[in-house]
Amino acid sequence: MTKLKTWIAGTAAALATSPVFAADGPIKAPTAEQMATMVNKGDTTWMLVSAALVLLMSVPALALFYGGLVRTKNMLSLLMQVFMIVSIAALVWVGWGYSLAFTSGTPFIGGFSKIFLQGVDATTLAATFSNNVYIPEYAFVVFQMTFACITPALIVGAFAERVRFVPLMIFVVAWLSIVYFPIAHMVWYWAGPDFLPDAPTDAGFLWGMGALDFAGGTVVHINAGIAGLVGCLMIGKRIGYGKEATPPHSLTMTMIGASLLWVGWFGFNAGSNLEANGLAALAFINTFVATAAAAVSWALVEQFHHGRPSLLGAVTGAVAGLVAITPASGFAAPMTSIALGLIVSPVCYFFVSVVKNKLKYDDTLDVFGVHCVGGILGAIGTAIVADPSLGGQGFFDYTVFPAAVGAYDMGAQLVTQVKAVVLTLIWSGVGSAVLFFILDKTLGLRPDADAEREGLDLSSHGERAYNY
Amino acid sequence: MKLIIAIIKPFKLDDVREALSALGVSGMTITEVKGFGRQKGQTEIYRGAEYSTNMVPKVKVEVACDDAVADRALEAIQQAANTGSIGDGKIFMLDLQAAVRIRTGETGAVAL
Repeated sequence: MTKLKTWIAGTAAALATSPVFAADGPIKAPTAEQMATMVNKGDTTWMLVSAALVLLMSVPALALFYGGLVRTKNMLSLLMQVFMIVSIAALVWVGWGYSLAFTSGTPFIGGFSKIFLQGVDATTLAATFSNNVYIPEYAFVVFQMTFACITPALIVGAFAERVRFVPLMIFVVAWLSIVYFPIAHMVWYWAGPDFLPDAPTDAGFLWGMGALDFAGGTVVHINAGIAGLVGCLMIGKRIGYGKEATPPHSLTMTMIGASLLWVGWFGFNAGSNLEANGLAALAFINTFVATAAAAVSWALVEQFHHGRPSLLGAVTGAVAGLVAITPASGFAAPMTSIALGLIVSPVCYFFVSVVKNKLKYDDTLDVFGVHCVGGILGAIGTAIVADPSLGGQGFFDYTVFPAAVGAYDMGAQLVTQVKAVVLTLIWSGVGSAVLFFILDKTLGLRPDADAEREGLDLSSHGERAYNY
Repeated sequence: MKLIIAIIKPFKLDDVREALSALGVSGMTITEVKGFGRQKGQTEIYRGAEYSTNMVPKVKVEVACDDAVADRALEAIQQAANTGSIGDGKIFMLDLQAAVRIRTGETGAVAL
């Protein structure tokens, strides 16, 4: 007990002497010099590690997860598409993406003030979710870059095995510019906790509405999922769809990919906290247990439905769980995260095994059924699990200084979440449809029938994934 | 000379090889093949999409032998590969017109 008291006294003394809360509590609208004293090396480290973890989610995790599910003749095309999309998106992000997403502009899109990262250097800082806590802007730029890299890569699963490479790359650049950056701006841009009280309207449209999206349920998963559905409808079914057997060529690869996605997702969700603190740990454990619960519940559904639980089912359930917990990861409690994971798998299972077959759309790798449906469930579920009466974190009112816990109204939050989902579906659905239409009429999205039959590995890239 | 082609269950290969060795048959060629007869394949399910795979994996054994041992070889394979259940396979025997040992150029039964 004495030891504990000594420790508390010591900590209080340390806090009192820390530069942040030195004089009269937190500093409103700190100057650059003051901000420079508000950076924590632990936070910076965590953000850099998280960014690397999120990159791991795209290459190799997503590439292997997707690649294992296609036929041998198209394996390499998936690997190449994901690898190139990540590379191109990174360049687009530092070119104009960061500026359009994360500078002040209209509520729907930012401006060009940081185009080609002008004005960003090793001394500039980005806000976090706490008053008077900053991280190096480069760390924020690179962390958010990895999100821009993986989101368009998710889309390609919907029309895998039947898309031309160059038009796809052009699509990615255009889609990031007119769909992803605006939605990222609408959901995630705000002036920061030390500046918002003086500029309460300086935030993205959905952020200002109070939509909760901790790590990208709307921005990443619903956004990519609906784009994938539109793409697979406009490109059309694969030759032989429903007639030829198209079983996965390597579920070993798919299992490796899904497992690495799980690992990388800790950076995605816990990193989205922007600080290495208790809430990051909360997002971490929520991500862990929701995924585990979803893997178990998918396996259970198959056990009851077919009498045999499949590996593909278990890993698909895990990904659905990861998707569902993403928007809720920093708001839920571990037990409500488990509930979310248990629920998402049966819903996604219904979409990929019943709805898809009934409506006969060829969403090759179930981008819509897992990412869009799981994302919608997670986005709406966030309103429920965030409720403090269920152990959730509620929301912080950043329009007061210092930020305080706001009163939580689950019903109103549900309505807000639904509005955010609908806006994302429409924005991405319409934007994607326009882009696919233009590219199909000009360059052509679909390879000719011989190239498709031969397989995209040889016809698009002149290589095989395997030579043995 | 005869050429015997046997389609057998993969796990019976060692039994068949031993039975033929006991008869003095000095070589064989095997190939992993797929096919179906009365035995049908299994149903595979991937995210609810069901595929019935008609083809079952088998091993094809090819043995060339002298007329004198051909009938006994046929019988030895039949006994060694038999499990009594559906899918045990088939054995075919063909007349073999010529055989050449590539290294020496020997022909006929001595080349086997």
